[in-house]
Amino acid sequence: MSVDMNESKFKHTAITTAIMVLFTMVGTALLAFTYFSTKTPIEASEAEARLTLLNEVLPPSLHDNNLLKDTVEIAAGGLLGNTSKTLAYRARLSEKPAAVVLEAIAPDGYSGEIKLLIAIRHDGSLAGVRVLAHRETPGLGDYIDIAHSDWIKHFDNQSLAKTQDGKALENEAQDEYWKVKKDGGNFDYMAGATITPRAVVKAVHQTLQYFQAHQNELFAAAGEQK
Amino acid sequence: MSVYKDIVENGLWKQNPGVVQLLGLCPTLAVTTTVVNGVSLGLLTALVMAASNGAVSPIRRFVPEEIRLPVFILIIAALVTVIDLGMNAFAHPLHKVLGIFIPLIVTNCIVLARVEAFAARNPTTPSILDGFMMGIGLSLVLALLGAMREVVGKGTLFSGVDLALGPASKAFIVTVIPDYHGFLLAVLPPGAFIGLGLLIAVRNWVEIRKAAPKALAMPPLAAAPSH
Repeated sequence: MSVDMNESKFKHTAITTAIMVLFTMVGTALLAFTYFSTKTPIEASEAEARLTLLNEVLPPSLHDNNLLKDTVEIAAGGLLGNTSKTLAYRARLSEKPAAVVLEAIAPDGYSGEIKLLIAIRHDGSLAGVRVLAHRETPGLGDYIDIAHSDWIKHFDNQSLAKTQDGKALENEAQDEYWKVKKDGGNFDYMAGATITPRAVVKAVHQTLQYFQAHQNELFAAAGEQK
Repeated sequence: MSVYKDIVENGLWKQNPGVVQLLGLCPTLAVTTTVVNGVSLGLLTALVMAASNGAVSPIRRFVPEEIRLPVFILIIAALVTVIDLGMNAFAHPLHKVLGIFIPLIVTNCIVLARVEAFAARNPTTPSILDGFMMGIGLSLVLALLGAMREVVGKGTLFSGVDLALGPASKAFIVTVIPDYHGFLLAVLPPGAFIGLGLLIAVRNWVEIRKAAPKALAMPPLAAAPSH
């Protein structure tokens, strides 16, 4: 009697297990199929989204090469604030270096990191800055996002060496200039949210310093890779 | 036919997941900062629910009692992943907005609740309808809540519709209150709780009125629904 029961229990367990395995296999097959058939479209739409972003900071008149193909890797750490390696996109006009697009991270936003996309012309002036991702308070700190205000356009055409009206800046004056107005600098902010713009201004300033220090590597590599 | 009528009525009103069953509060509260976000996630949930109910109902007799839940979750998770990948491929901008909430549909208890309570016990066609109508009921709540929070919080309606339907639809964005500086509370999570509370109150009020049309002068006191 007990042998029978054990046998039927065993059978029941085996069947249950087999059914579970069957379902798992069908599910896995379905997922694998979907993954492989959506892989190419996903890569295409990601590249397209990336290109749209790059064109936001970099006017089409500044390049005639394929930005997505002409990149150089930047190691983690350093002035850009990136914690993993990122890509710098190089823009060239008839083979001559015209500008470079860098990703930078401002680690000291009001609620965490602010990711920035920064385009710098060959002469060291900013072509454009955009916020890629942020978690700043809606309605207060989110004016750094182009969707909410034009504040981020203040950076257009600014550079390390000169003020916007062309006055030359010495080393110490540079550090003073690259601050929000509340701290005695040049950049506007909105009342109630100074931490956010302070973080962004600092990150853009550091990116320009990075560009100044590594300009040759950034563009020289462009020649070597060809 | 009356079976189908009951299913529709349950999904949209009597057993509405958003304001009666109060299941799936995570997306209800998190994504309803605008109408477009709310409706998009609501419709996606409806799609997942119809698909998972439709997938579970035909196989309900072959699934042993002991492994019922793992199999159901496996089916739901696979369907959600398929939809997630599909959206990433063919509706990329919208996927970026709703991105982190799509995988969360798996953990939305309303999906598993309907699979377990309805699809595991009923034929296929009513099951698909049940999943879909429950999803639509949820979408309606998400739309209303999204509209309330968007108007009060930002002074607009349908902002971001261009992400879902293409740049041409930008003309649909309505500025309800021009030159509005926003009301932060409505946009942040507390606004979601307050808004949902108001919606539940309105629904209960309508129910009470329906139940006792003549006793309006003295509304019943103990009318709170039990859960």
